[in-house]
Amino acid sequence: WPEARGRPSCSDGGAWGRRRREREAQEAQEARRPRARTTMGSRYDSRTTVFSPEGRLFQVEYALLAIEQAGACVGVLAKDGVVIAAEKKTTSKLLAPPKTSEKLYMIDDHVACAVAGLTSDANVLISYLRRVAHNYKLQYQEPQPLEQLIQRVCDLKQGYTQFGGQRPFGVSFLYAGWDRHYGFQLYQSNPSGNYGGWKATAIGPNNQAASSLLKKEYKDECSIEEALKLSVKVLNKTMDSVTPTPDNMEFSVLRMNEETKKLVQHKMSNEEVQALLDELKQEEEEEKAREEAKAAK
Amino acid sequence: STHASAHFIRNELAKAIRSRGGAHQANSLLGGVDEDGPSMYHLDYLGSLEKVNFGAQGYASYFSLSLMDRHWKKNMTMEEGKELLKLCISQLDTRFIINNPNFRLVAVTAEGKVLDEVLDGHAST
Repeated sequence: WPEARGRPSCSDGGAWGRRRREREAQEAQEARRPRARTTMGSRYDSRTTVFSPEGRLFQVEYALLAIEQAGACVGVLAKDGVVIAAEKKTTSKLLAPPKTSEKLYMIDDHVACAVAGLTSDANVLISYLRRVAHNYKLQYQEPQPLEQLIQRVCDLKQGYTQFGGQRPFGVSFLYAGWDRHYGFQLYQSNPSGNYGGWKATAIGPNNQAASSLLKKEYKDECSIEEALKLSVKVLNKTMDSVTPTPDNMEFSVLRMNEETKKLVQHKMSNEEVQALLDELKQEEEEEKAREEAKAAK
Repeated sequence: STHASAHFIRNELAKAIRSRGGAHQANSLLGGVDEDGPSMYHLDYLGSLEKVNFGAQGYASYFSLSLMDRHWKKNMTMEEGKELLKLCISQLDTRFIINNPNFRLVAVTAEGKVLDEVLDGHAST
Protein backbone atom coordinates (compact mmCIF):
# COMPACT_ATOMS: atom_id res chain seq x y z
CA TRP A 1 0.00 0.00 0.00
CA PRO A 2 1.46 3.34 -1.00
CA GLU A 3 0.28 4.85 2.28
CA ALA A 4 2.20 2.32 4.21
CA ARG A 5 5.32 2.81 2.19
CA GLY A 6 7.84 5.03 3.62
CA ARG A 7 11.12 4.63 5.28
CA PRO A 8 10.70 4.92 8.96
CA SER A 9 14.38 4.90 9.32
CA CYS A 10 14.64 8.17 7.30
CA SER A 11 13.96 11.31 9.29
CA ASP A 12 10.88 12.43 7.32
CA GLY A 13 9.67 9.04 6.06
CA GLY A 14 11.39 9.15 2.67
CA ALA A 15 9.91 10.23 -0.66
CA TRP A 16 6.68 8.34 -0.25
CA GLY A 17 6.11 9.73 3.18
CA ARG A 18 6.72 13.23 1.90
CA ARG A 19 4.16 12.75 -0.88
CA ARG A 20 1.60 11.46 1.55
CA ARG A 21 2.09 14.37 3.90
CA GLU A 22 1.76 16.89 1.04
CA ARG A 23 -1.46 15.32 -0.12
CA GLU A 24 -2.92 15.31 3.37
CA ALA A 25 -1.96 18.93 3.89
CA GLN A 26 -3.65 19.91 0.63
CA GLU A 27 -6.84 18.07 1.48
CA ALA A 28 -6.95 19.67 4.92
CA GLN A 29 -6.61 23.09 3.28
CA GLU A 30 -9.41 22.39 0.81
CA ALA A 31 -11.72 21.25 3.57
CA ARG A 32 -11.13 24.56 5.32
CA ARG A 33 -11.89 26.59 2.15
CA PRO A 34 -15.53 27.68 1.98
CA ARG A 35 -17.20 25.48 -0.61
CA ALA A 36 -19.44 27.36 -3.02
CA ARG A 37 -22.83 25.91 -2.34
CA THR A 38 -24.64 25.21 -5.60
CA THR A 39 -28.36 24.91 -5.38
CA MET A 40 -28.34 22.49 -8.26
CA GLY A 41 -26.44 19.26 -8.69
CA SER A 42 -23.34 18.90 -6.61
CA ARG A 43 -21.50 15.76 -7.57
CA TYR A 44 -23.15 15.18 -10.93
CA ASP A 45 -22.63 18.48 -12.62
CA SER A 46 -19.01 18.56 -13.61
CA ARG A 47 -19.26 16.16 -16.52
CA THR A 48 -21.73 16.24 -19.37
CA THR A 49 -21.66 12.51 -19.81
CA VAL A 50 -23.31 11.54 -16.53
CA PHE A 51 -26.93 11.70 -15.48
CA SER A 52 -27.89 12.89 -12.01
CA PRO A 53 -29.91 10.52 -9.86
CA GLU A 54 -33.03 12.46 -10.86
CA GLY A 55 -32.20 11.88 -14.51
CA ARG A 56 -30.98 15.39 -15.32
CA LEU A 57 -28.00 16.50 -17.37
CA PHE A 58 -26.72 19.43 -15.38
CA GLN A 59 -24.24 20.74 -17.92
CA VAL A 60 -27.03 21.07 -20.46
CA GLU A 61 -29.19 22.90 -17.94
CA TYR A 62 -26.32 25.21 -17.02
CA ALA A 63 -25.86 25.95 -20.72
CA LEU A 64 -29.50 27.00 -20.87
CA LEU A 65 -28.89 29.28 -17.91
CA ALA A 66 -25.98 30.90 -19.73
CA ILE A 67 -28.39 31.79 -22.53
CA GLU A 68 -30.56 33.65 -20.05
CA GLN A 69 -27.78 36.22 -19.79
CA ALA A 70 -27.83 37.03 -23.51
CA GLY A 71 -30.09 39.20 -25.65
CA ALA A 72 -33.61 37.97 -26.28
CA CYS A 73 -34.96 36.84 -29.65
CA VAL A 74 -38.53 36.51 -30.88
CA GLY A 75 -39.87 34.73 -33.96
CA VAL A 76 -43.35 34.88 -35.49
CA LEU A 77 -44.65 32.84 -38.43
CA ALA A 78 -47.00 34.68 -40.79
CA LYS A 79 -49.13 33.36 -43.60
CA ASP A 80 -46.76 34.60 -46.28
CA GLY A 81 -43.46 34.97 -44.46
CA VAL A 82 -41.50 34.77 -41.22
CA VAL A 83 -40.33 37.54 -38.89
CA ILE A 84 -37.42 37.18 -36.46
CA ALA A 85 -36.45 39.94 -34.08
CA ALA A 86 -33.47 40.24 -31.75
CA GLU A 87 -32.48 42.48 -28.91
CA LYS A 88 -29.02 43.94 -29.27
CA LYS A 89 -27.36 44.14 -25.90
CA THR A 90 -24.86 46.99 -25.76
CA THR A 91 -22.30 45.86 -23.21
CA SER A 92 -20.16 48.96 -23.45
CA LYS A 93 -20.28 52.34 -25.17
CA LEU A 94 -16.62 51.88 -26.04
CA LEU A 95 -17.37 48.90 -28.27
CA ALA A 96 -16.97 49.76 -31.95
CA PRO A 97 -20.26 49.34 -33.79
CA PRO A 98 -20.09 45.97 -35.54
CA LYS A 99 -20.20 45.87 -39.32
CA THR A 100 -22.08 42.61 -39.31
CA SER A 101 -24.87 41.67 -36.99
CA GLU A 102 -24.07 39.60 -33.93
CA LYS A 103 -27.65 38.32 -33.63
CA LEU A 104 -29.13 37.74 -37.08
CA TYR A 105 -27.36 35.61 -39.67
CA MET A 106 -28.12 34.36 -43.15
CA ILE A 107 -27.40 30.66 -43.58
CA ASP A 108 -28.48 30.38 -47.21
CA ASP A 109 -30.83 32.19 -49.56
CA HIS A 110 -33.76 30.45 -47.99
CA VAL A 111 -32.74 30.27 -44.29
CA ALA A 112 -31.94 32.92 -41.72
CA CYS A 113 -31.35 32.50 -38.02
CA ALA A 114 -31.24 34.47 -34.79
CA VAL A 115 -28.78 33.66 -32.00
CA ALA A 116 -29.10 33.81 -28.23
CA GLY A 117 -26.12 32.87 -26.09
CA LEU A 118 -22.34 32.74 -26.37
CA THR A 119 -21.40 34.46 -29.61
CA SER A 120 -18.21 32.45 -29.96
CA ASP A 121 -20.11 29.17 -29.75
CA ALA A 122 -22.66 30.55 -32.16
CA ASN A 123 -20.00 31.38 -34.75
CA VAL A 124 -18.85 27.78 -34.86
CA LEU A 125 -22.38 26.49 -35.31
CA ILE A 126 -23.23 29.10 -37.94
CA SER A 127 -20.18 28.02 -39.97
CA TYR A 128 -21.35 24.44 -39.67
CA LEU A 129 -24.91 25.30 -40.73
CA ARG A 130 -23.66 27.22 -43.74
CA ARG A 131 -21.35 24.41 -44.75
CA VAL A 132 -24.11 21.79 -44.52
CA ALA A 133 -26.63 23.92 -46.41
CA HIS A 134 -24.20 24.71 -49.20
CA ASN A 135 -22.93 21.16 -49.53
CA TYR A 136 -26.51 20.04 -50.03
CA LYS A 137 -26.97 22.72 -52.67
CA LEU A 138 -23.80 21.59 -54.44
CA GLN A 139 -24.92 17.98 -54.54
CA TYR A 140 -28.60 18.40 -55.33
CA GLN A 141 -28.69 21.85 -56.94
CA GLU A 142 -31.69 22.82 -54.87
CA PRO A 143 -32.11 24.47 -51.45
CA GLN A 144 -31.97 22.07 -48.52
CA PRO A 145 -35.28 21.32 -46.78
CA LEU A 146 -35.28 23.23 -43.52
CA GLU A 147 -35.92 20.41 -41.09
CA GLN A 148 -33.11 18.32 -42.57
CA LEU A 149 -30.63 21.13 -42.00
CA ILE A 150 -31.76 21.69 -38.44
CA GLN A 151 -31.62 17.99 -37.67
CA ARG A 152 -27.97 17.89 -38.79
CA VAL A 153 -26.88 20.71 -36.47
CA CYS A 154 -28.96 19.34 -33.63
CA ASP A 155 -27.32 15.92 -34.01
CA LEU A 156 -24.00 17.72 -33.66
CA LYS A 157 -25.18 19.49 -30.51
CA GLN A 158 -26.51 16.25 -29.03
CA GLY A 159 -23.12 14.63 -29.46
CA TYR A 160 -21.68 17.07 -26.97
CA THR A 161 -24.20 15.93 -24.38
CA GLN A 162 -23.44 12.27 -24.65
CA PHE A 163 -19.76 11.66 -25.37
CA GLY A 164 -16.43 13.40 -25.76
CA GLY A 165 -16.43 15.01 -22.35
CA GLN A 166 -16.62 18.52 -23.86
CA ARG A 167 -19.12 21.07 -22.68
CA PRO A 168 -22.28 21.69 -24.74
CA PHE A 169 -22.66 24.75 -26.97
CA GLY A 170 -24.18 27.62 -25.03
CA VAL A 171 -26.44 28.82 -27.84
CA SER A 172 -30.09 28.64 -28.74
CA PHE A 173 -31.22 29.39 -32.26
CA LEU A 174 -34.36 30.57 -33.97
CA TYR A 175 -34.45 29.50 -37.62
CA ALA A 176 -36.67 31.19 -40.20
CA GLY A 177 -36.86 29.60 -43.60
CA TRP A 178 -38.80 28.38 -46.58
CA ASP A 179 -38.80 25.19 -48.57
CA ARG A 180 -41.00 23.81 -51.29
CA HIS A 181 -42.32 20.97 -49.13
CA TYR A 182 -43.72 22.90 -46.15
CA GLY A 183 -43.56 26.56 -47.14
CA PHE A 184 -42.56 29.10 -44.51
CA GLN A 185 -41.39 27.60 -41.23
CA LEU A 186 -40.04 28.72 -37.86
CA TYR A 187 -37.89 26.43 -35.68
CA GLN A 188 -36.14 26.71 -32.35
CA SER A 189 -33.15 24.66 -31.15
CA ASN A 190 -31.37 24.20 -27.82
CA PRO A 191 -27.99 23.24 -26.37
CA SER A 192 -29.56 19.87 -25.63
CA GLY A 193 -29.97 19.19 -29.33
CA ASN A 194 -33.75 19.34 -29.10
CA TYR A 195 -35.61 21.24 -31.76
CA GLY A 196 -39.22 22.05 -32.54
CA GLY A 197 -41.30 23.83 -35.13
CA TRP A 198 -43.22 26.83 -33.86
CA LYS A 199 -45.86 29.34 -34.93
CA ALA A 200 -44.38 31.91 -32.55
CA THR A 201 -41.67 31.57 -29.93
CA ALA A 202 -39.00 33.40 -27.95
CA ILE A 203 -35.54 32.52 -26.63
CA GLY A 204 -33.22 34.18 -24.13
CA PRO A 205 -34.11 36.15 -21.01
CA ASN A 206 -37.76 36.50 -20.09
CA ASN A 207 -38.72 34.00 -22.73
CA GLN A 208 -41.52 32.64 -20.54
CA ALA A 209 -43.13 36.06 -20.30
CA ALA A 210 -42.65 36.53 -24.03
CA SER A 211 -44.15 33.12 -24.81
CA SER A 212 -47.23 33.71 -22.70
CA LEU A 213 -47.79 37.06 -24.38
CA LEU A 214 -47.36 35.41 -27.79
CA LYS A 215 -49.80 32.69 -26.83
CA LYS A 216 -52.39 35.30 -25.99
CA GLU A 217 -51.98 37.51 -28.99
CA TYR A 218 -50.84 35.29 -31.87
CA LYS A 219 -53.36 34.79 -34.65
CA ASP A 220 -53.09 31.97 -37.15
CA GLU A 221 -52.55 33.04 -40.75
CA CYS A 222 -51.62 36.57 -39.75
CA SER A 223 -49.98 38.86 -42.29
CA ILE A 224 -46.33 39.87 -42.15
CA GLU A 225 -47.30 43.35 -40.94
CA GLU A 226 -49.29 41.88 -38.06
CA ALA A 227 -46.42 39.54 -37.26
CA LEU A 228 -44.01 42.48 -37.20
CA LYS A 229 -46.24 44.43 -34.85
CA LEU A 230 -46.58 41.45 -32.55
CA SER A 231 -42.85 40.81 -32.46
CA VAL A 232 -42.08 44.48 -31.69
CA LYS A 233 -44.59 44.40 -28.86
CA VAL A 234 -43.23 41.19 -27.38
CA LEU A 235 -39.59 42.20 -27.75
CA ASN A 236 -40.36 45.48 -25.99
CA LYS A 237 -41.87 43.64 -23.06
CA THR A 238 -38.86 41.36 -22.63
CA MET A 239 -36.23 44.07 -22.92
CA ASP A 240 -34.96 45.72 -19.77
CA SER A 241 -34.62 49.21 -21.22
CA VAL A 242 -37.46 51.62 -20.69
CA THR A 243 -37.32 53.42 -24.03
CA PRO A 244 -37.02 51.14 -27.04
CA THR A 245 -34.90 52.54 -29.84
CA PRO A 246 -33.86 51.10 -33.21
CA ASP A 247 -30.31 50.84 -31.84
CA ASN A 248 -31.37 48.07 -29.46
CA MET A 249 -33.37 45.97 -31.87
CA GLU A 250 -32.92 44.14 -35.14
CA PHE A 251 -35.60 42.71 -37.39
CA SER A 252 -35.34 40.34 -40.30
CA VAL A 253 -38.25 39.45 -42.57
CA LEU A 254 -38.27 36.47 -44.91
CA ARG A 255 -40.90 36.71 -47.64
CA MET A 256 -41.57 35.77 -51.24
CA ASN A 257 -41.45 38.60 -53.75
CA GLU A 258 -44.74 38.38 -55.63
CA GLU A 259 -43.44 39.53 -59.00
CA THR A 260 -40.09 37.78 -59.24
CA LYS A 261 -41.28 34.76 -57.23
CA LYS A 262 -37.94 34.83 -55.43
CA LEU A 263 -37.30 34.64 -51.70
CA VAL A 264 -36.16 37.88 -50.13
CA GLN A 265 -34.47 38.26 -46.76
CA HIS A 266 -34.80 41.85 -45.66
CA LYS A 267 -33.03 43.30 -42.63
CA MET A 268 -35.04 46.31 -41.54
CA SER A 269 -33.26 49.64 -41.50
CA ASN A 270 -33.23 51.94 -38.49
CA GLU A 271 -35.89 54.14 -40.09
CA GLU A 272 -38.23 51.23 -40.70
CA VAL A 273 -37.78 50.02 -37.13
CA GLN A 274 -38.45 53.52 -35.83
CA ALA A 275 -41.65 53.63 -37.88
CA LEU A 276 -42.74 50.34 -36.29
CA LEU A 277 -41.95 51.63 -32.81
CA ASP A 278 -43.91 54.83 -33.48
CA GLU A 279 -46.89 52.79 -34.65
CA LEU A 280 -46.70 50.66 -31.54
CA LYS A 281 -46.48 53.70 -29.29
CA GLN A 282 -49.48 55.26 -31.02
CA GLU A 283 -51.55 52.10 -30.60
CA GLU A 284 -50.62 51.87 -26.93
CA GLU A 285 -51.65 55.48 -26.37
CA GLU A 286 -54.95 54.91 -28.16
CA GLU A 287 -55.52 51.83 -26.02
CA LYS A 288 -54.75 53.79 -22.88
CA ALA A 289 -57.12 56.60 -23.93
CA ARG A 290 -59.88 54.06 -24.54
CA GLU A 291 -59.32 52.50 -21.12
CA GLU A 292 -59.46 55.89 -19.45
CA ALA A 293 -62.64 56.80 -21.29
CA LYS A 294 -64.18 53.50 -20.17
CA ALA A 295 -63.08 54.04 -16.57
CA ALA A 296 -64.44 57.60 -16.59
CA LYS A 297 -67.87 56.28 -17.63
CA SER B 1 -37.35 14.94 -57.06
CA THR B 2 -36.01 13.93 -60.48
CA HIS B 3 -33.89 17.06 -60.65
CA ALA B 4 -32.28 16.35 -57.28
CA SER B 5 -31.62 12.70 -58.13
CA ALA B 6 -30.03 13.59 -61.45
CA HIS B 7 -27.75 16.15 -59.85
CA PHE B 8 -26.78 13.79 -57.07
CA ILE B 9 -25.76 11.12 -59.57
CA ARG B 10 -23.93 13.66 -61.71
CA ASN B 11 -21.99 14.73 -58.64
CA GLU B 12 -20.94 11.13 -58.00
CA LEU B 13 -19.88 10.70 -61.62
CA ALA B 14 -17.89 13.93 -61.53
CA LYS B 15 -16.14 12.86 -58.33
CA ALA B 16 -15.29 9.44 -59.72
CA ILE B 17 -13.68 10.56 -62.95
CA ARG B 18 -10.83 12.36 -61.20
CA SER B 19 -10.50 9.72 -58.50
CA ARG B 20 -8.04 6.87 -58.18
CA GLY B 21 -10.58 4.26 -59.24
CA GLY B 22 -11.58 6.22 -62.30
CA ALA B 23 -14.93 7.00 -63.85
CA HIS B 24 -18.05 4.94 -63.34
CA GLN B 25 -18.36 3.45 -66.80
CA ALA B 26 -22.04 4.18 -67.19
CA ASN B 27 -24.12 6.54 -69.24
CA SER B 28 -27.76 6.93 -68.41
CA LEU B 29 -31.06 8.42 -69.25
CA LEU B 30 -32.92 9.27 -66.05
CA GLY B 31 -36.62 9.96 -66.23
CA GLY B 32 -39.25 10.60 -63.60
CA VAL B 33 -42.44 12.35 -62.64
CA ASP B 34 -42.63 14.63 -59.59
CA GLU B 35 -44.34 17.78 -58.34
CA ASP B 36 -43.01 19.72 -61.31
CA GLY B 37 -44.24 17.14 -63.79
CA PRO B 38 -42.31 14.67 -65.97
CA SER B 39 -38.68 15.30 -66.80
CA MET B 40 -35.75 13.44 -68.32
CA TYR B 41 -32.01 13.85 -67.91
CA HIS B 42 -29.12 12.64 -70.07
CA LEU B 43 -26.01 11.77 -68.04
CA ASP B 44 -22.71 10.37 -69.13
CA TYR B 45 -19.66 8.79 -67.53
CA LEU B 46 -17.68 12.06 -67.66
CA GLY B 47 -20.19 13.78 -65.39
CA SER B 48 -22.10 15.84 -67.89
CA LEU B 49 -25.78 16.40 -67.33
CA GLU B 50 -28.47 17.86 -69.52
CA LYS B 51 -32.21 18.06 -69.17
CA VAL B 52 -33.71 16.77 -72.42
CA ASN B 53 -37.07 16.16 -74.02
CA PHE B 54 -35.82 13.07 -75.79
CA GLY B 55 -32.53 11.23 -75.75
CA ALA B 56 -30.52 8.24 -76.77
CA GLN B 57 -27.35 6.53 -75.56
CA GLY B 58 -24.92 4.46 -77.53
CA TYR B 59 -24.95 3.83 -81.28
CA ALA B 60 -28.71 4.25 -81.29
CA SER B 61 -28.21 7.98 -80.97
CA TYR B 62 -26.65 8.23 -84.43
CA PHE B 63 -29.84 6.97 -85.94
CA SER B 64 -32.53 8.13 -83.58
CA LEU B 65 -31.74 11.66 -82.54
CA SER B 66 -32.48 13.19 -85.91
CA LEU B 67 -35.80 11.36 -86.09
CA MET B 68 -36.82 12.51 -82.63
CA ASP B 69 -35.72 16.02 -83.44
CA ARG B 70 -38.07 16.00 -86.37
CA HIS B 71 -41.08 14.32 -84.78
CA TRP B 72 -41.10 15.23 -81.10
CA LYS B 73 -43.51 17.93 -79.98
CA LYS B 74 -44.66 19.31 -76.68
CA ASN B 75 -47.46 17.54 -74.79
CA MET B 76 -47.30 14.36 -76.85
CA THR B 77 -49.55 11.60 -75.58
CA MET B 78 -48.29 8.25 -74.39
CA GLU B 79 -49.44 6.63 -77.62
CA GLU B 80 -47.70 9.18 -79.81
CA GLY B 81 -44.54 8.69 -77.77
CA LYS B 82 -44.68 4.96 -78.22
CA GLU B 83 -45.14 5.40 -81.97
CA LEU B 84 -42.10 7.65 -82.17
CA LEU B 85 -40.04 5.10 -80.25
CA LYS B 86 -41.18 2.32 -82.53
CA LEU B 87 -40.21 4.46 -85.53
CA CYS B 88 -36.71 4.89 -84.14
CA ILE B 89 -36.41 1.18 -83.47
CA SER B 90 -37.56 0.38 -86.98
CA GLN B 91 -34.88 2.63 -88.45
CA LEU B 92 -32.27 0.96 -86.28
CA ASP B 93 -33.52 -2.29 -87.58
CA THR B 94 -33.08 -1.09 -91.17
CA ARG B 95 -29.89 0.92 -91.01
CA PHE B 96 -27.81 -0.34 -88.12
CA ILE B 97 -25.41 -3.17 -88.81
CA ILE B 98 -25.85 -4.83 -85.45
CA ASN B 99 -29.03 -6.82 -85.05
CA ASN B 100 -30.75 -5.72 -81.91
CA PRO B 101 -34.32 -6.83 -82.32
CA ASN B 102 -35.50 -7.01 -78.70
CA PHE B 103 -36.31 -4.00 -76.56
CA ARG B 104 -37.89 -3.57 -73.15
CA LEU B 105 -40.28 -0.65 -73.00
CA VAL B 106 -40.91 1.00 -69.63
CA ALA B 107 -43.18 3.97 -68.99
CA VAL B 108 -43.63 6.03 -65.81
CA THR B 109 -46.43 8.43 -64.94
CA ALA B 110 -47.52 10.23 -61.80
CA GLU B 111 -49.20 7.01 -60.71
CA GLY B 112 -45.96 5.09 -61.01
CA LYS B 113 -44.76 2.51 -63.48
CA VAL B 114 -47.60 1.91 -65.90
CA LEU B 115 -45.90 -0.01 -68.69
CA ASP B 116 -43.29 -2.71 -68.74
CA GLU B 117 -43.47 -4.63 -71.96
CA VAL B 118 -41.15 -6.36 -74.35
CA LEU B 119 -40.99 -5.40 -77.99
CA ASP B 120 -39.49 -8.34 -79.71
CA GLY B 121 -38.33 -7.47 -83.14
CA HIS B 122 -38.47 -9.34 -86.37
CA ALA B 123 -35.97 -9.91 -89.12
CA SER B 124 -36.77 -7.51 -91.93
CA THR B 125 -36.43 -8.57 -95.47
